[in-house]
Amino acid sequence: MKFNAAIAGAIIAAGTFAATAVIAQQDPIAARKALMKLNNDHARTMTGMVRGTAPFDAKQVKAAFDQWADTASKFGALFPDGSQQGDTRAAPAIWTERAKFDAAIAKFGKDVADNSAKATGDLEGLKAAMSVVGQNCGSCHETFRVSR
Amino acid sequence: MLRKLLLAAIAAAFVGLAVFWLITIPATVPASALGPHTPNLDNGKTMFDAGGCTSCHATPGQQERTHLAGGMALPSPFGTFYVPNISSHPADGIGGWSEAQFVTAMTKGTSPSGQHYYPAFPYTAYQRMAVGDLRDLFAYMKTLPAAEGRVRDHDLPFPFNIRRTLGGWKFLYLDGAPFRPDPSQSAQWNRGAYLVNGPAHCAECHSPRNALGGIVASQRFAGGPNPEGRGWVPNITQKALADWSASDIAYMLETGQIPDGDSVGSNMAPVIRNTAQLSAADREAMAAYIKSLPPVDGPARPGR
Repeated sequence: MKFNAAIAGAIIAAGTFAATAVIAQQDPIAARKALMKLNNDHARTMTGMVRGTAPFDAKQVKAAFDQWADTASKFGALFPDGSQQGDTRAAPAIWTERAKFDAAIAKFGKDVADNSAKATGDLEGLKAAMSVVGQNCGSCHETFRVSR
Repeated sequence: MLRKLLLAAIAAAFVGLAVFWLITIPATVPASALGPHTPNLDNGKTMFDAGGCTSCHATPGQQERTHLAGGMALPSPFGTFYVPNISSHPADGIGGWSEAQFVTAMTKGTSPSGQHYYPAFPYTAYQRMAVGDLRDLFAYMKTLPAAEGRVRDHDLPFPFNIRRTLGGWKFLYLDGAPFRPDPSQSAQWNRGAYLVNGPAHCAECHSPRNALGGIVASQRFAGGPNPEGRGWVPNITQKALADWSASDIAYMLETGQIPDGDSVGSNMAPVIRNTAQLSAADREAMAAYIKSLPPVDGPARPGR
């Protein structure tokens, strides 16, 4: 029974992964929006803990940092030529200043990796980690996202 | 009869020119208007950070907030402005200015050589600042590094390149009034109103503008098209921020994070680097004032 569940889980995970990969190829705008939505949801949860409106929960912190690391590893590939057009707030600078954009994603990934242990330790660690990781949101959105 | 009419027309034209000339004389603040003052450099830094001076005047392509040699291009519907050097350099910056010349620039929009500045320099907001705060700001800016280099002239088509006409613009949009506290409100609210409407000049971007480039007073803070290009600047009245608490606004001014988990970006990201430097009390005051802005509908947004 347990074995079956594990296999089923693995199949679902593999299927999800494959589906994500296909979506990313077919519709990069939808794929990057989905990743940013996850980033956003986790950021909201982390901000709640930092501001004291929600209790510190190491499990949720780990989930957030894992997902941000996942986003950082996938994000750069989701801006192929042609995906400037469509329902997107991606700024033209992504394509005209590609090296800077890639560097910004790499910095986000590094800050997440460097701070995840500290963040999952306790609330003070999370606060310190978020003051570093959180700055990546604004600095990337400054140049690479069009204002609403 | 025709002759009389012609003479009357000529006389009217002369009167018109004379009125234009009088109205458009650049105003100044005389040195005699400034009494004794001991500068407070800490307060000067607060005004520098609230004012966001560095967001436009720092030299692009380097990280130092206090390297104020200018040079950034500021696109607008009227042409491209090139932001000047306001470092303490005696020849290229403002190191050689007198206090009265600085107060004149900030409150009257008039340069030391007696020319009108363009309102891309937000003196319509800075005119609300207390003279003591302006003098502290000037003293603080004199302690910052002298950076060499004069910036090129603005790139503006006719008639916007005729500075004298700005006297007419100022007649319409520069009322010369300092900030007046509202005695029915708390000290915190008044501090916030002062910071938001004076140094922080929030309304300059967060309001729609008319064809002459003046802020539409009835829609102040109700958002509008990004004056610097693509996108939209959000409405920050309670029409749009009813779900935000004052604490949410203060937290946004500190970290850039907004309640739904998103972060502010675009032209607001550099603003956060300034407001993050302010005291928590000043951010809370700004938040209390912004939270009190009555709901106002902004201009209709074109479809994306």
